[in-house]
Amino acid sequence: MIRLENITYSAVNEETGKRNTILDDLSLDIETGKYIVITGPNGGGKTSLAKIIMGLYTPDSGKVFLDGEDITDKPIHERAKAGIGFGFQHPPRFKGMTVRDLITIAAGRKVRHAELCEYLTSVGLCAADYLNREVDTSLSGGELKRIEIATVLATDSPVMIFDEPEAGIDLWSFHRLTETFRTFHQNKGGKTLIIISHQERIISQADEVLLIAGGKLSDRGTPGDILPKIDSFAARSCRYDKN
Amino acid sequence: MEDKSLIRKNLLEKVADLHSVPDGAYNIRENSTSAGRRSTDAIKIENKEGAPGIVVTVADGTKNKSVHIPVIITETGITETVYNDFFIGRDCDVLIVAGCGIHNSGEEKSAHDGVHSLKVGENSRVRYVEKHYAEGEGSRTMEPKMTVDLAEGATVEIETVQLGGVSDSVRETTINAGDNATVLITERIMTDGVETVDSKTTVNLNGNGSSARINSRSVARGDSKQIFYPAINGNADCFGHVQCDSIIMDRANVRSIPEICANDVNARLIHEAAIGRIAGDQILKLQTLGLDAEEAEERILAGLLK
Ligand SMILES: Nc1ncnc2c1ncn2[C@@H]1O[C@H](COP(=O)(O)OP(=O)(O)OP(=O)(O)O)[C@@H](O)[C@H]1O
Ligand SMILES: [Mg+2]
Repeated sequence: MIRLENITYSAVNEETGKRNTILDDLSLDIETGKYIVITGPNGGGKTSLAKIIMGLYTPDSGKVFLDGEDITDKPIHERAKAGIGFGFQHPPRFKGMTVRDLITIAAGRKVRHAELCEYLTSVGLCAADYLNREVDTSLSGGELKRIEIATVLATDSPVMIFDEPEAGIDLWSFHRLTETFRTFHQNKGGKTLIIISHQERIISQADEVLLIAGGKLSDRGTPGDILPKIDSFAARSCRYDKN
Repeated sequence: MEDKSLIRKNLLEKVADLHSVPDGAYNIRENSTSAGRRSTDAIKIENKEGAPGIVVTVADGTKNKSVHIPVIITETGITETVYNDFFIGRDCDVLIVAGCGIHNSGEEKSAHDGVHSLKVGENSRVRYVEKHYAEGEGSRTMEPKMTVDLAEGATVEIETVQLGGVSDSVRETTINAGDNATVLITERIMTDGVETVDSKTTVNLNGNGSSARINSRSVARGDSKQIFYPAINGNADCFGHVQCDSIIMDRANVRSIPEICANDVNARLIHEAAIGRIAGDQILKLQTLGLDAEEAEERILAGLLK
Protein backbone atom coordinates (compact mmCIF):
# COMPACT_ATOMS: atom_id res chain seq x y z
CA MET A 1 0.00 0.00 0.00
CA ILE A 2 1.13 3.49 -0.83
CA ARG A 3 0.12 6.28 1.50
CA LEU A 4 0.67 9.99 0.99
CA GLU A 5 0.16 12.08 4.10
CA ASN A 6 -0.37 15.84 3.88
CA ILE A 7 1.90 16.32 0.89
CA THR A 8 2.61 19.91 -0.03
CA TYR A 9 4.90 20.61 -2.95
CA SER A 10 5.80 23.94 -4.49
CA ALA A 11 8.20 25.01 -7.21
CA VAL A 12 9.45 28.25 -8.63
CA ASN A 13 8.07 29.15 -12.00
CA GLU A 14 11.11 29.96 -14.12
CA GLU A 15 9.37 32.65 -16.12
CA THR A 16 7.68 34.61 -13.36
CA GLY A 17 10.16 33.77 -10.60
CA LYS A 18 7.18 33.15 -8.32
CA ARG A 19 6.78 30.11 -6.12
CA ASN A 20 3.61 28.19 -6.93
CA THR A 21 1.90 25.57 -4.82
CA ILE A 22 1.56 22.51 -7.01
CA LEU A 23 0.29 19.94 -4.51
CA ASP A 24 -1.69 21.33 -1.64
CA ASP A 25 -1.82 19.29 1.58
CA LEU A 26 -2.74 16.17 -0.36
CA SER A 27 -3.39 12.86 1.39
CA LEU A 28 -4.37 9.57 -0.22
CA ASP A 29 -4.03 5.80 0.02
CA ILE A 30 -3.52 3.37 -2.82
CA GLU A 31 -4.26 -0.23 -1.97
CA THR A 32 -1.90 -3.02 -2.95
CA GLY A 33 -2.91 -4.96 -6.06
CA LYS A 34 -5.26 -2.30 -7.41
CA TYR A 35 -5.37 -0.91 -10.93
CA ILE A 36 -5.55 2.83 -10.34
CA VAL A 37 -5.90 5.54 -12.96
CA ILE A 38 -5.08 9.12 -12.09
CA THR A 39 -6.70 11.67 -14.33
CA GLY A 40 -7.48 15.36 -14.31
CA PRO A 41 -6.78 18.59 -16.16
CA ASN A 42 -3.38 19.57 -17.54
CA GLY A 43 -1.23 21.16 -14.90
CA GLY A 44 -3.35 19.69 -12.11
CA GLY A 45 -0.38 18.02 -10.41
CA LYS A 46 -0.57 14.37 -11.59
CA THR A 47 3.03 14.09 -12.72
CA SER A 48 4.25 15.90 -9.62
CA LEU A 49 2.35 13.48 -7.43
CA ALA A 50 3.83 10.46 -9.23
CA LYS A 51 7.33 11.93 -9.06
CA ILE A 52 6.95 12.41 -5.33
CA ILE A 53 6.09 8.73 -4.96
CA MET A 54 9.19 7.77 -6.99
CA GLY A 55 11.42 10.23 -5.12
CA LEU A 56 12.10 12.37 -8.19
CA TYR A 57 10.59 15.36 -6.39
CA THR A 58 10.96 16.14 -2.71
CA PRO A 59 7.85 17.49 -1.03
CA ASP A 60 8.04 20.66 1.10
CA SER A 61 6.16 18.82 3.80
CA GLY A 62 4.27 15.60 4.32
CA LYS A 63 5.22 11.95 4.22
CA VAL A 64 5.27 9.03 1.78
CA PHE A 65 4.80 5.46 3.00
CA LEU A 66 5.30 2.17 1.16
CA ASP A 67 3.76 -0.82 2.91
CA GLY A 68 3.85 1.04 6.21
CA GLU A 69 7.48 2.11 5.88
CA ASP A 70 8.25 5.84 5.77
CA ILE A 71 10.21 6.28 2.50
CA THR A 72 10.04 10.09 2.41
CA ASP A 73 13.82 10.37 2.75
CA LYS A 74 14.76 7.37 0.61
CA PRO A 75 16.68 8.20 -2.57
CA ILE A 76 15.26 7.22 -5.96
CA HIS A 77 17.32 4.08 -6.56
CA GLU A 78 16.42 2.70 -3.15
CA ARG A 79 12.74 3.22 -3.84
CA ALA A 80 13.30 1.36 -7.12
CA LYS A 81 14.86 -1.50 -5.17
CA ALA A 82 12.04 -1.35 -2.66
CA GLY A 83 9.66 -2.08 -5.52
CA ILE A 84 8.50 1.07 -7.28
CA GLY A 85 8.82 1.43 -11.05
CA PHE A 86 8.18 4.62 -12.99
CA GLY A 87 7.62 5.35 -16.68
CA PHE A 88 8.32 8.98 -17.57
CA GLN A 89 5.83 11.15 -19.41
CA HIS A 90 8.83 12.50 -21.37
CA PRO A 91 11.51 9.81 -21.34
CA PRO A 92 15.12 10.82 -21.98
CA ARG A 93 17.20 9.60 -24.91
CA PHE A 94 20.58 7.95 -24.49
CA LYS A 95 23.35 8.15 -27.04
CA GLY A 96 25.42 4.98 -26.93
CA MET A 97 22.89 2.89 -25.06
CA THR A 98 20.84 0.28 -26.86
CA VAL A 99 17.31 -0.88 -26.09
CA ARG A 100 18.84 -4.14 -24.94
CA ASP A 101 21.21 -2.29 -22.56
CA LEU A 102 18.39 -0.31 -21.02
CA ILE A 103 16.07 -3.29 -20.53
CA THR A 104 18.94 -5.27 -19.03
CA ILE A 105 19.68 -2.49 -16.54
CA ALA A 106 15.96 -2.35 -15.73
CA ALA A 107 15.79 -6.07 -15.07
CA GLY A 108 18.92 -5.86 -12.90
CA ARG A 109 20.13 -9.21 -14.19
CA LYS A 110 21.03 -11.06 -17.36
CA VAL A 111 17.88 -11.35 -19.42
CA ARG A 112 17.31 -14.19 -21.87
CA HIS A 113 16.75 -13.20 -25.46
CA ALA A 114 13.21 -14.59 -25.50
CA GLU A 115 12.32 -12.53 -22.47
CA LEU A 116 13.77 -9.35 -23.99
CA CYS A 117 11.58 -9.96 -27.01
CA GLU A 118 8.52 -10.46 -24.85
CA TYR A 119 8.89 -7.04 -23.24
CA LEU A 120 9.09 -5.38 -26.63
CA THR A 121 6.27 -7.41 -28.13
CA SER A 122 4.02 -6.46 -25.24
CA VAL A 123 4.38 -2.80 -26.22
CA GLY A 124 3.87 -3.58 -29.89
CA LEU A 125 7.47 -3.39 -31.08
CA CYS A 126 9.21 -6.03 -33.17
CA ALA A 127 12.17 -7.13 -31.09
CA ALA A 128 14.41 -7.96 -34.04
CA ASP A 129 14.14 -4.38 -35.28
CA TYR A 130 14.71 -2.65 -31.97
CA LEU A 131 16.88 -4.62 -29.55
CA ASN A 132 20.17 -3.35 -30.90
CA ARG A 133 19.05 0.15 -31.72
CA GLU A 134 20.40 3.03 -29.71
CA VAL A 135 17.89 4.90 -27.61
CA ASP A 136 18.91 8.13 -29.34
CA THR A 137 17.31 10.75 -31.54
CA SER A 138 16.84 8.22 -34.34
CA LEU A 139 13.79 6.82 -32.52
CA SER A 140 10.40 8.41 -33.09
CA GLY A 141 8.50 9.80 -30.12
CA GLY A 142 6.07 6.89 -30.07
CA GLU A 143 8.86 4.32 -30.30
CA LEU A 144 10.72 5.96 -27.44
CA LYS A 145 7.59 6.01 -25.34
CA ARG A 146 6.94 2.31 -25.91
CA ILE A 147 10.54 1.42 -25.07
CA GLU A 148 10.10 3.42 -21.88
CA ILE A 149 7.09 1.30 -20.97
CA ALA A 150 9.04 -1.89 -21.75
CA THR A 151 11.82 -0.83 -19.36
CA VAL A 152 9.31 -0.41 -16.55
CA LEU A 153 7.71 -3.79 -17.26
CA ALA A 154 11.22 -5.31 -17.15
CA THR A 155 11.76 -4.03 -13.60
CA ASP A 156 8.91 -6.34 -12.56
CA SER A 157 8.27 -3.95 -9.66
CA PRO A 158 5.34 -4.65 -7.34
CA VAL A 159 4.24 -1.04 -7.90
CA MET A 160 4.37 0.33 -11.44
CA ILE A 161 3.58 3.92 -12.30
CA PHE A 162 3.12 4.99 -15.92
CA ASP A 163 2.80 8.68 -16.73
CA GLU A 164 0.56 9.07 -19.80
CA PRO A 165 1.76 5.88 -21.48
CA GLU A 166 -0.61 6.50 -24.39
CA ALA A 167 0.95 9.84 -25.39
CA GLY A 168 2.20 9.82 -28.96
CA ILE A 169 1.25 6.21 -29.56
CA ASP A 170 -0.69 5.22 -32.66
CA LEU A 171 -4.16 3.75 -32.39
CA TRP A 172 -3.19 0.17 -33.15
CA SER A 173 -0.43 0.16 -30.55
CA PHE A 174 -2.68 1.92 -28.09
CA HIS A 175 -5.18 -0.94 -28.20
CA ARG A 176 -2.38 -3.40 -27.75
CA LEU A 177 -1.08 -1.38 -24.82
CA THR A 178 -4.39 -1.25 -22.99
CA GLU A 179 -4.59 -5.03 -23.40
CA THR A 180 -1.09 -5.34 -22.00
CA PHE A 181 -2.04 -3.34 -18.92
CA ARG A 182 -5.27 -5.26 -18.45
CA THR A 183 -3.80 -8.76 -18.81
CA PHE A 184 -0.73 -7.76 -16.89
CA HIS A 185 -2.86 -6.70 -13.99
CA GLN A 186 -5.03 -9.81 -14.21
CA ASN A 187 -2.22 -12.32 -14.57
CA LYS A 188 0.23 -10.81 -12.16
CA GLY A 189 -2.09 -10.60 -9.21
CA GLY A 190 -0.77 -8.49 -6.39
CA LYS A 191 0.89 -5.86 -8.53
CA THR A 192 -0.24 -2.29 -8.07
CA LEU A 193 -0.69 -0.44 -11.34
CA ILE A 194 -0.89 3.34 -11.26
CA ILE A 195 -1.52 4.90 -14.64
CA ILE A 196 -1.81 8.60 -15.29
CA SER A 197 -4.05 8.95 -18.30
CA HIS A 198 -6.56 11.09 -20.14
CA GLN A 199 -7.92 8.17 -22.17
CA GLU A 200 -11.41 6.90 -21.49
CA ARG A 201 -10.43 3.42 -22.61
CA ILE A 202 -7.75 3.22 -19.93
CA ILE A 203 -9.86 4.97 -17.30
CA SER A 204 -12.66 2.47 -17.82
CA GLN A 205 -10.32 -0.47 -17.07
CA ALA A 206 -9.42 0.84 -13.61
CA ASP A 207 -10.52 -0.52 -10.27
CA GLU A 208 -10.50 3.04 -9.08
CA VAL A 209 -10.05 6.48 -10.61
CA LEU A 210 -8.45 9.41 -8.80
CA LEU A 211 -9.22 12.87 -10.05
CA ILE A 212 -6.43 15.34 -9.35
CA ALA A 213 -7.06 19.00 -10.00
CA GLY A 214 -5.57 22.18 -8.62
CA GLY A 215 -3.08 20.21 -6.58
CA LYS A 216 -5.78 18.36 -4.68
CA LEU A 217 -7.50 15.02 -4.77
CA SER A 218 -10.73 16.36 -6.11
CA ASP A 219 -12.63 13.09 -6.35
CA ARG A 220 -12.18 9.33 -6.41
CA GLY A 221 -14.41 6.40 -7.30
CA THR A 222 -15.10 3.70 -9.85
CA PRO A 223 -14.86 4.58 -13.55
CA GLY A 224 -18.66 4.55 -13.59
CA ASP A 225 -18.68 7.21 -10.87
CA ILE A 226 -15.95 9.42 -12.22
CA LEU A 227 -16.32 9.32 -16.01
CA PRO A 228 -19.63 11.22 -16.10
CA LYS A 229 -18.19 13.82 -13.74
CA ILE A 230 -15.24 14.50 -16.03
CA ASP A 231 -17.56 15.93 -18.68
CA SER A 232 -19.19 18.35 -16.29
CA PHE A 233 -15.81 19.05 -14.79
CA ALA A 234 -14.43 20.04 -18.18
CA ALA A 235 -17.48 22.24 -18.78
CA ARG A 236 -16.66 24.41 -15.78
CA SER A 237 -14.43 26.88 -17.68
CA CYS A 238 -10.73 27.01 -16.96
CA ARG A 239 -10.98 27.59 -13.21
CA TYR A 240 -11.18 24.47 -11.19
CA ASP A 241 -12.86 24.70 -7.83
CA LYS A 242 -10.76 23.65 -4.94
CA ASN A 243 -13.66 22.61 -2.79
CA MET B 1 61.30 -3.64 -7.88
CA GLU B 2 58.67 -3.61 -10.60
CA ASP B 3 57.79 -6.84 -12.36
CA LYS B 4 58.66 -5.92 -15.95
CA SER B 5 57.17 -9.02 -17.52
CA LEU B 6 53.83 -8.32 -15.86
CA ILE B 7 53.87 -4.69 -16.96
CA ARG B 8 54.71 -5.84 -20.48
CA LYS B 9 51.90 -8.38 -20.51
CA ASN B 10 49.42 -5.84 -19.22
CA LEU B 11 50.40 -3.21 -21.79
CA LEU B 12 50.14 -5.68 -24.68
CA GLU B 13 46.69 -6.70 -23.55
CA LYS B 14 45.55 -3.12 -23.19
CA VAL B 15 46.76 -1.82 -26.54
CA ALA B 16 46.49 -4.84 -28.82
CA ASP B 17 44.24 -7.32 -27.00
CA LEU B 18 47.20 -9.67 -27.09
CA HIS B 19 47.20 -12.46 -24.56
CA SER B 20 49.76 -14.62 -26.33
CA VAL B 21 51.67 -14.57 -29.59
CA PRO B 22 49.14 -13.44 -32.18
CA ASP B 23 48.00 -15.45 -35.15
CA GLY B 24 49.40 -14.17 -38.40
CA ALA B 25 51.97 -11.50 -38.95
CA TYR B 26 53.23 -9.34 -36.13
CA ASN B 27 55.95 -6.99 -35.03
CA ILE B 28 56.36 -6.04 -31.40
CA ARG B 29 58.50 -3.03 -30.65
CA GLU B 30 59.62 -2.75 -27.07
CA ASN B 31 61.81 0.01 -25.67
CA SER B 32 62.97 1.01 -29.13
CA THR B 33 64.05 -2.47 -30.22
CA SER B 34 62.30 -5.32 -31.93
CA ALA B 35 60.93 -7.84 -29.44
CA GLY B 36 59.58 -10.26 -31.99
CA ARG B 37 58.47 -10.39 -35.59
CA ARG B 38 56.81 -12.78 -37.95
CA SER B 39 56.09 -12.35 -41.60
CA THR B 40 53.73 -14.64 -43.45
CA ASP B 41 53.44 -15.57 -47.12
CA ALA B 42 50.89 -12.82 -47.62
CA ILE B 43 52.13 -10.18 -45.22
CA LYS B 44 55.76 -9.20 -45.24
CA ILE B 45 57.32 -7.08 -42.49
CA GLU B 46 60.76 -5.56 -43.07
CA ASN B 47 62.90 -2.89 -41.50
CA LYS B 48 62.57 0.52 -43.04
CA GLU B 49 65.73 1.75 -44.66
CA GLY B 50 67.34 4.90 -43.40
CA ALA B 51 64.97 5.43 -40.46
CA PRO B 52 63.59 3.50 -37.51
CA GLY B 53 60.39 1.68 -38.35
CA ILE B 54 58.94 -1.04 -40.51
CA VAL B 55 57.51 -1.59 -43.96
CA VAL B 56 54.49 -3.86 -44.13
CA THR B 57 53.54 -5.21 -47.53
CA VAL B 58 50.30 -7.09 -48.04
CA ALA B 59 49.99 -9.16 -51.24
CA ASP B 60 47.07 -8.73 -53.65
CA GLY B 61 44.01 -10.74 -52.76
CA THR B 62 44.90 -11.31 -49.09
CA LYS B 63 41.64 -11.85 -47.21
CA ASN B 64 40.73 -12.20 -43.55
CA LYS B 65 44.29 -11.79 -42.30
CA SER B 66 45.62 -9.63 -39.53
CA VAL B 67 48.85 -7.93 -38.62
CA HIS B 68 49.62 -6.78 -35.07
CA ILE B 69 52.21 -4.07 -34.60
CA PRO B 70 52.07 -2.94 -30.96
CA VAL B 71 54.66 -0.61 -29.48
CA ILE B 72 55.39 -0.65 -25.79
CA ILE B 73 57.69 1.41 -23.64
CA THR B 74 58.40 0.22 -20.12
CA GLU B 75 61.54 2.21 -19.34
CA THR B 76 61.66 5.85 -18.41
CA GLY B 77 63.36 8.42 -20.63
CA ILE B 78 62.70 6.80 -24.00
CA THR B 79 61.63 9.23 -26.67
CA GLU B 80 61.39 7.97 -30.21
CA THR B 81 59.98 8.73 -33.61
CA VAL B 82 59.12 5.70 -35.70
CA TYR B 83 58.18 5.58 -39.37
CA ASN B 84 55.88 2.79 -40.51
CA ASP B 85 54.74 2.26 -44.08
CA PHE B 86 51.93 -0.02 -45.13
CA PHE B 87 51.35 -1.11 -48.71
CA ILE B 88 48.09 -2.98 -49.10
CA GLY B 89 47.58 -4.65 -52.48
CA ARG B 90 44.31 -4.85 -54.38
CA ASP B 91 41.26 -6.90 -53.37
CA CYS B 92 42.45 -7.41 -49.80
CA ASP B 93 40.56 -7.52 -46.53
CA VAL B 94 42.93 -7.08 -43.59
CA LEU B 95 42.99 -5.97 -39.99
CA ILE B 96 45.87 -3.91 -38.66
CA VAL B 97 46.12 -3.69 -34.90
CA ALA B 98 48.48 -0.89 -34.00
CA GLY B 99 48.58 0.64 -30.56
CA CYS B 100 51.01 2.05 -28.11
CA GLY B 101 51.40 1.44 -24.42
CA ILE B 102 53.72 3.37 -22.12
CA HIS B 103 54.58 2.58 -18.54
CA ASN B 104 56.71 5.33 -17.11
CA SER B 105 57.42 5.16 -13.43
CA GLY B 106 60.54 7.31 -13.68
CA GLU B 107 61.40 10.98 -13.70
CA GLU B 108 62.15 11.43 -17.34
CA LYS B 109 59.73 11.93 -20.19
CA SER B 110 58.64 8.94 -22.29
CA ALA B 111 57.33 9.63 -25.74
CA HIS B 112 56.37 7.70 -28.83
CA ASP B 113 55.72 9.53 -32.07
CA GLY B 114 54.52 7.24 -34.82
CA VAL B 115 54.51 8.46 -38.39
CA HIS B 116 52.37 6.12 -40.47
CA SER B 117 51.70 5.97 -44.14
CA LEU B 118 48.99 3.63 -45.37
CA LYS B 119 48.35 2.99 -49.06
CA VAL B 120 45.32 0.89 -49.80
CA GLY B 121 44.96 -0.74 -53.22
CA GLU B 122 41.86 -0.97 -55.40
CA ASN B 123 38.79 -2.55 -53.82
CA SER B 124 40.65 -3.43 -50.66
CA ARG B 125 39.30 -3.01 -47.18
CA VAL B 126 41.48 -2.23 -44.18
CA ARG B 127 40.39 -2.01 -40.60
CA TYR B 128 42.98 -0.11 -38.58
CA VAL B 129 42.59 -0.29 -34.81
CA GLU B 130 44.78 1.85 -32.62
CA LYS B 131 44.60 1.92 -28.86
CA HIS B 132 46.65 4.24 -26.75
CA TYR B 133 47.21 3.57 -23.12
CA ALA B 134 49.71 4.79 -20.55
CA GLU B 135 50.38 4.57 -16.86
CA GLY B 136 52.94 5.61 -14.27
CA GLU B 137 54.14 8.81 -12.66
CA GLY B 138 56.43 10.21 -15.35
CA SER B 139 55.25 12.18 -18.36
CA ARG B 140 53.85 10.06 -21.20
CA THR B 141 53.23 11.62 -24.56
CA MET B 142 52.17 10.31 -27.96
CA GLU B 143 52.07 12.08 -31.29
CA PRO B 144 50.72 9.81 -33.99
CA LYS B 145 50.66 11.12 -37.54
CA MET B 146 49.02 9.18 -40.28
CA THR B 147 48.44 9.63 -43.99
CA VAL B 148 46.12 7.30 -45.85
CA ASP B 149 45.70 7.05 -49.60
CA LEU B 150 42.72 5.09 -50.86
CA ALA B 151 42.65 3.81 -54.42
CA GLU B 152 39.40 3.30 -56.33
CA GLY B 153 36.80 1.33 -54.38
CA ALA B 154 39.01 1.00 -51.29
CA THR B 155 37.71 1.25 -47.74
CA VAL B 156 39.48 2.21 -44.55
CA GLU B 157 37.94 1.91 -41.11
CA ILE B 158 40.00 3.60 -38.47
CA GLU B 159 39.17 3.07 -34.82
CA THR B 160 41.19 5.00 -32.31
CA VAL B 161 40.72 4.54 -28.61
CA GLN B 162 42.45 6.42 -25.83
CA LEU B 163 40.79 5.94 -22.49
CA GLY B 164 43.30 7.27 -20.06
CA GLY B 165 46.83 7.72 -18.88
CA VAL B 166 48.38 9.52 -21.83
CA SER B 167 49.49 12.89 -20.47
CA ASP B 168 49.61 14.67 -23.80
CA SER B 169 48.65 13.50 -27.23
CA VAL B 170 48.65 15.27 -30.55
CA ARG B 171 47.09 13.30 -33.36
CA GLU B 172 47.06 14.22 -37.00
CA THR B 173 45.36 12.10 -39.63
CA THR B 174 45.00 12.92 -43.31
CA ILE B 175 43.06 10.74 -45.70
CA ASN B 176 42.83 11.06 -49.46
CA ALA B 177 39.96 9.13 -50.99
CA GLY B 178 39.75 8.17 -54.68
CA ASP B 179 36.69 7.20 -56.71
CA ASN B 180 34.12 5.20 -54.74
CA ALA B 181 36.43 4.98 -51.74
CA THR B 182 34.93 4.83 -48.25
CA VAL B 183 36.30 6.30 -45.04
CA LEU B 184 34.92 5.41 -41.62
CA ILE B 185 36.57 6.92 -38.58
CA THR B 186 35.51 6.37 -35.00
CA GLU B 187 37.37 8.04 -32.20
CA ARG B 188 36.80 7.36 -28.49
CA ILE B 189 38.67 9.50 -26.02
CA MET B 190 38.56 9.99 -22.29
CA THR B 191 40.88 12.33 -20.43
CA ASP B 192 41.29 13.10 -16.77
CA GLY B 193 43.65 15.04 -14.49
CA VAL B 194 45.69 17.53 -16.50
CA GLU B 195 45.84 15.41 -19.66
CA THR B 196 45.55 17.10 -23.03
CA VAL B 197 44.39 15.83 -26.40
CA ASP B 198 44.71 17.61 -29.70
CA SER B 199 43.16 15.66 -32.54
CA LYS B 200 43.08 16.78 -36.13
CA THR B 201 41.49 14.71 -38.87
CA THR B 202 41.26 15.81 -42.49
CA VAL B 203 39.51 13.79 -45.15
CA ASN B 204 39.86 14.84 -48.77
CA LEU B 205 37.07 13.29 -50.81
CA ASN B 206 38.72 13.56 -54.21
CA GLY B 207 36.90 10.83 -56.08
CA ASN B 208 33.36 10.62 -57.39
CA GLY B 209 31.22 8.33 -55.26
CA SER B 210 33.58 8.62 -52.30
CA SER B 211 32.21 9.00 -48.79
CA ALA B 212 33.38 9.66 -45.27
CA ARG B 213 31.88 9.35 -41.84
CA ILE B 214 33.77 10.71 -38.85
CA ASN B 215 32.29 9.88 -35.48
CA SER B 216 34.12 11.29 -32.51
CA ARG B 217 32.99 10.79 -28.94
CA SER B 218 34.82 11.98 -25.89
CA VAL B 219 34.62 12.51 -22.17
CA ALA B 220 36.71 15.15 -20.46
CA ARG B 221 37.07 14.97 -16.69
CA GLY B 222 39.18 16.69 -14.06
CA ASP B 223 41.21 19.59 -15.42
CA SER B 224 41.85 17.96 -18.78
CA LYS B 225 41.67 19.71 -22.13
CA GLN B 226 40.56 18.41 -25.51
CA ILE B 227 40.57 19.99 -28.94
CA PHE B 228 39.06 18.36 -32.03
CA TYR B 229 39.40 19.53 -35.62
CA PRO B 230 37.59 17.10 -37.88
CA ALA B 231 37.45 18.38 -41.44
CA ILE B 232 36.01 17.03 -44.65
CA ASN B 233 36.79 18.55 -48.02
CA GLY B 234 34.36 17.57 -50.73
CA ASN B 235 36.21 17.85 -54.03
CA ALA B 236 33.92 15.67 -56.15
CA ASP B 237 30.47 14.05 -56.22
CA CYS B 238 30.74 12.75 -52.67
CA PHE B 239 29.13 12.45 -49.25
CA GLY B 240 30.62 13.37 -45.89
CA HIS B 241 29.31 13.40 -42.34
CA VAL B 242 31.12 14.61 -39.24
CA GLN B 243 29.64 13.98 -35.84
CA CYS B 244 31.29 14.98 -32.57
CA ASP B 245 29.84 14.43 -29.13
CA SER B 246 31.62 15.37 -25.96
CA ILE B 247 30.69 15.16 -22.35
CA ILE B 248 32.34 17.70 -20.13
CA MET B 249 32.76 17.18 -16.40
CA ASP B 250 34.46 18.85 -13.45
CA ARG B 251 36.71 21.69 -14.63
CA ALA B 252 37.57 20.30 -18.02
CA ASN B 253 37.73 22.21 -21.28
CA VAL B 254 36.58 20.92 -24.68
CA ARG B 255 36.80 22.64 -28.03
CA SER B 256 35.22 21.07 -31.05
CA ILE B 257 35.80 22.71 -34.40
CA PRO B 258 34.31 20.63 -37.19
CA GLU B 259 34.80 21.93 -40.71
CA ILE B 260 33.13 20.99 -43.95
CA CYS B 261 34.25 22.51 -47.20
CA ALA B 262 32.64 21.88 -50.57
CA ASN B 263 34.59 22.49 -53.77
CA ASP B 264 32.17 20.67 -56.03
CA VAL B 265 28.49 21.32 -56.59
CA ASN B 266 27.75 17.62 -56.08
CA ALA B 267 29.37 17.41 -52.65
CA ARG B 268 26.93 16.77 -49.80
CA LEU B 269 28.46 17.45 -46.41
CA ILE B 270 26.99 17.53 -42.92
CA HIS B 271 28.45 18.27 -39.56
CA GLU B 272 27.02 17.97 -36.09
CA ALA B 273 28.81 18.79 -32.87
CA ALA B 274 27.60 18.83 -29.32
CA ILE B 275 29.29 19.42 -25.98
CA GLY B 276 27.49 19.20 -22.68
CA ARG B 277 27.36 17.74 -19.24
CA ILE B 278 25.66 14.40 -18.67
CA ALA B 279 21.96 15.08 -19.02
CA GLY B 280 20.28 15.14 -15.63
CA ASP B 281 17.21 13.30 -16.89
CA GLN B 282 19.37 10.39 -18.06
CA ILE B 283 20.79 9.99 -14.57
CA LEU B 284 17.29 10.21 -13.06
CA LYS B 285 15.95 7.57 -15.44
CA LEU B 286 18.73 5.12 -14.53
CA GLN B 287 18.13 5.85 -10.86
CA THR B 288 14.51 4.82 -11.28
CA LEU B 289 15.90 1.54 -12.63
CA GLY B 290 17.86 0.97 -9.43
CA LEU B 291 21.32 2.46 -10.08
CA ASP B 292 22.72 5.04 -7.70
CA ALA B 293 23.86 8.36 -9.15
CA GLU B 294 27.48 7.28 -9.50
CA GLU B 295 26.66 3.98 -11.17
CA ALA B 296 24.28 5.80 -13.50
CA GLU B 297 27.02 8.22 -14.51
CA GLU B 298 29.49 5.39 -15.21
CA ARG B 299 26.95 3.55 -17.36
CA ILE B 300 26.22 6.64 -19.40
CA LEU B 301 29.91 7.34 -20.01
CA ALA B 302 30.65 3.69 -20.81
CA GLY B 303 27.80 3.70 -23.33
CA LEU B 304 29.06 6.83 -25.01
CA LEU B 305 32.62 5.51 -25.29
CA LYS B 306 31.62 2.02 -26.36
N1 LIG C 1 9.83 21.38 -11.40
C1 LIG C 1 8.88 22.30 -11.59
N2 LIG C 1 9.19 23.61 -11.61
C2 LIG C 1 8.23 24.54 -11.80
N3 LIG C 1 6.95 24.26 -12.03
C3 LIG C 1 6.56 22.98 -12.03
C4 LIG C 1 7.52 21.92 -11.84
N4 LIG C 1 6.89 20.75 -11.91
C5 LIG C 1 5.60 21.05 -12.16
N5 LIG C 1 5.40 22.38 -12.22
C6 LIG C 1 4.11 23.06 -12.43
O1 LIG C 1 3.18 22.42 -11.60
C7 LIG C 1 1.97 22.26 -12.24
C8 LIG C 1 1.56 20.81 -12.24
O2 LIG C 1 2.43 20.11 -13.11
P1 LIG C 1 2.30 18.57 -13.39
O3 LIG C 1 3.34 18.24 -14.39
O4 LIG C 1 2.36 17.83 -12.13
O5 LIG C 1 0.85 18.50 -14.03
P2 LIG C 1 0.08 17.32 -14.72
O6 LIG C 1 -1.18 17.15 -13.99
O7 LIG C 1 0.96 16.14 -14.86
O8 LIG C 1 -0.24 17.94 -16.16
P3 LIG C 1 -0.31 17.24 -17.62
O9 LIG C 1 -1.64 16.61 -17.72
O10 LIG C 1 -0.20 18.39 -18.55
O11 LIG C 1 0.84 16.29 -17.73
C9 LIG C 1 2.10 22.87 -13.62
O12 LIG C 1 1.59 24.16 -13.59
C10 LIG C 1 3.58 22.89 -13.83
O13 LIG C 1 3.94 23.97 -14.65
MG1 LIG D 1 1.88 15.20 -16.44
